[in-house]
Amino acid sequence: MRKLLTIISLLVVLSVVLTACGGGAAPTQAPAATEPPAATEPSAATEAPAATEAPAATEAPAAGEAVTLTIESWRNDDLSIWTDKIIPAFEAKYPNIHVVFAPTAPAEYNGVLNTKLQGGTAGDLITCRPFDASLELFQQGYLTSLNDLPGMENFGDVAKSAWITDDNKDVFCVPMASVIHGFFYNKDTFDKYSLQEPTTREEFFNVLKTLKDNGETPLVMGTADQWEAATMGFQNIGPEYWKGEEGRQALIKGTAKFTDEPYIKTWQDLADWAPYLPEGYEAEKYPDSQTLFTLGKGAIYPTGSWEISQFEKDAGFNLGIFKPYVENAGDQCYISDHTDIAMGMNAKTAHSEEAKTFLSWVASDEFAALYANALPGFFPLSNAKVTLDDPLANEFLSWRQECKSTIRNSYQILSRGEPNLENELWRVSAAVMNGSMTPEQAGQEIQTGLEKWYKPQ
Amino acid sequence: MQSSKRRSQIPVHVLVFLAPAVLLYTIFMVVPLINSLRLSFFEIVNQNQQNFAGLQNYIKLFTNSNFAPFFWRALRNNFVFFAVHMLVQNPIGLLLAALLAEGGRVRDFFRTIIFMPTVLSVVIIGFVWQLILNPLWGVAESILKAVGLGAWFGPWLGKPETALVTVALISVWQFVGIPMILFYAALIGIPDELTEAARVDGSTAWDTFWRIKFPLILPTVGIVGVLTFVGNFNAFDLIYTMKGANAGPDFSTDIMGTFFYRTFFGQQLQLGNPTMGATVAAMMFLIILAGVLVYMFLWARRVQTYEM
Repeated sequence: MRKLLTIISLLVVLSVVLTACGGGAAPTQAPAATEPPAATEPSAATEAPAATEAPAATEAPAAGEAVTLTIESWRNDDLSIWTDKIIPAFEAKYPNIHVVFAPTAPAEYNGVLNTKLQGGTAGDLITCRPFDASLELFQQGYLTSLNDLPGMENFGDVAKSAWITDDNKDVFCVPMASVIHGFFYNKDTFDKYSLQEPTTREEFFNVLKTLKDNGETPLVMGTADQWEAATMGFQNIGPEYWKGEEGRQALIKGTAKFTDEPYIKTWQDLADWAPYLPEGYEAEKYPDSQTLFTLGKGAIYPTGSWEISQFEKDAGFNLGIFKPYVENAGDQCYISDHTDIAMGMNAKTAHSEEAKTFLSWVASDEFAALYANALPGFFPLSNAKVTLDDPLANEFLSWRQECKSTIRNSYQILSRGEPNLENELWRVSAAVMNGSMTPEQAGQEIQTGLEKWYKPQ
Repeated sequence: MQSSKRRSQIPVHVLVFLAPAVLLYTIFMVVPLINSLRLSFFEIVNQNQQNFAGLQNYIKLFTNSNFAPFFWRALRNNFVFFAVHMLVQNPIGLLLAALLAEGGRVRDFFRTIIFMPTVLSVVIIGFVWQLILNPLWGVAESILKAVGLGAWFGPWLGKPETALVTVALISVWQFVGIPMILFYAALIGIPDELTEAARVDGSTAWDTFWRIKFPLILPTVGIVGVLTFVGNFNAFDLIYTMKGANAGPDFSTDIMGTFFYRTFFGQQLQLGNPTMGATVAAMMFLIILAGVLVYMFLWARRVQTYEM
């Protein structure tokens, strides 16, 4: 009898388990697993029903009732800055408009956003990635043209270049900020071994060697997330070799190839970094690296200006920065001053007037000053004269005077085809740092991939 | 007359009771599945227009150099993933079930403990194992060092050669409870008379298990096998949680599920391609269907089921 009971109870358990497993049997089930990121933005989900209440929506402007706008963004690190500083400043001016900042994890943003736009559940305001990703959204009709937006006149052509159609006719996002690549370092560690900020390749590797000989972890970076290797490695030091804009334009024109010397040299440098990275860097993720550096357990961290606010908060030592090293002393220096963030309007928003009011405010001098100081390391693109309080941010900005600026070479035009150049750069740069690919192989694979679809190459 | 009347009444009965389940299942499973298959025969021109493309997407999947190598690599990785489960998860599950079926006072305790990871969220499992195996602050290295095997440790999740097997073993750790409980249920269903008779005839425990118990639970072995197959070829969540949609390093952990996700939803600067995604999903469906058919015709029909 007891045996029978046990069997029955087990069967009950099993039926539960089996139905749970069976649920996954259809391949169409897979997208469900991607829901969680979207579900973490309840505001966007609750937005949809609100928008369908047509009477309320049409009544709102007349009756002066509060309207809620939702911002889609990948900057989840900035959540508190938006909710505590930027949005209150806007709401103080426009009490009828309530704004919600609803970010997604950076790596998931594009996929999640595309899905939401297709499904009609995306927020009213869309944070725009630079160049083709946003251009594609505009061409598919998900973003509106903002040519007539009051405030657009505050931006120069370079600032707008990342969010304009190829024929320069339609601007579809209000430029917000650019980021500058460079190296952070631990001043205390440098002082301990009386090291100077390196300016050339040779000096850089000498510093690494000295640190390693003294038992320190010289360079903090992991390759597990792959994008660090490409963005913070390849695009950081590469412009020195391919001469910034000159090299980038040459790739677009087809007069330079990824198998050329500058690119091989860049990957060679990444491969040479490997011995100075922390033990097990192959499985180290981006947050691991940030934590390792701010704990003072690594001396140099290749990254970009966007880390300033986080690092100043977390690091218990004196922070310093130096710009990407040049090959030989006296060479012209180049920096990656990447137009990174803009904001556009969802073409299907139910509150286009309010959304435009917000975007005009984003284009204003007030926003530029507020944003640049709330988020040191994100440099405003508008013509407004902004004074920065943060010394590190000022130092980053000062590089614009001595060096020539460029942007990441995979962003404009070159990532339009298959295989996607940006994805490929992630993959091969990580593989080169892991030692599973030589710089020459990396160049060859990227070049072959690009030639497949890009005619000028 | 009467009998025909009764016959006509029964289907109404049956239909009424079947209706809710059939309706729900149709709306939420059958229609989306068919729609997904339909999508794989189309191409999207723009937001409002889809063109019928015939088998174009399938031809692209198998010939285009942007898709074919990815497809074959994902399929190969998926078979490795499946092989690890068949060679590690199911034998361990059988061993644990055999031990549990022997009885003992702590049986219920172990049964619960071993089954527990199965009901945990995969996000928690991915997070915990990433911390355990983290080369910077993970506990795995310290444990290995404590027993003098520190040199064996490596950043397993970050190396192309080891990442896939490592992820597969984590999945095994999570799901070993399912084959265990299935085998266990089958084993305790075997009447004591049979094993007692064997013992009287002088059979050792080893012989009793392999010659009497194991043949009796063969139908369960088949069910476990096919469940593992279906589960593995639909797997996605653990790899997405631990390695992201790019299934790094160098696509070494890319299986059908992650390949499908990247194709359908896009990644970073790459835009999603719903029709090609649907094509990959259709292939996953066909592969799973083929596996289930093999089970049904080559295994389930041949294995003898004993009445006990």
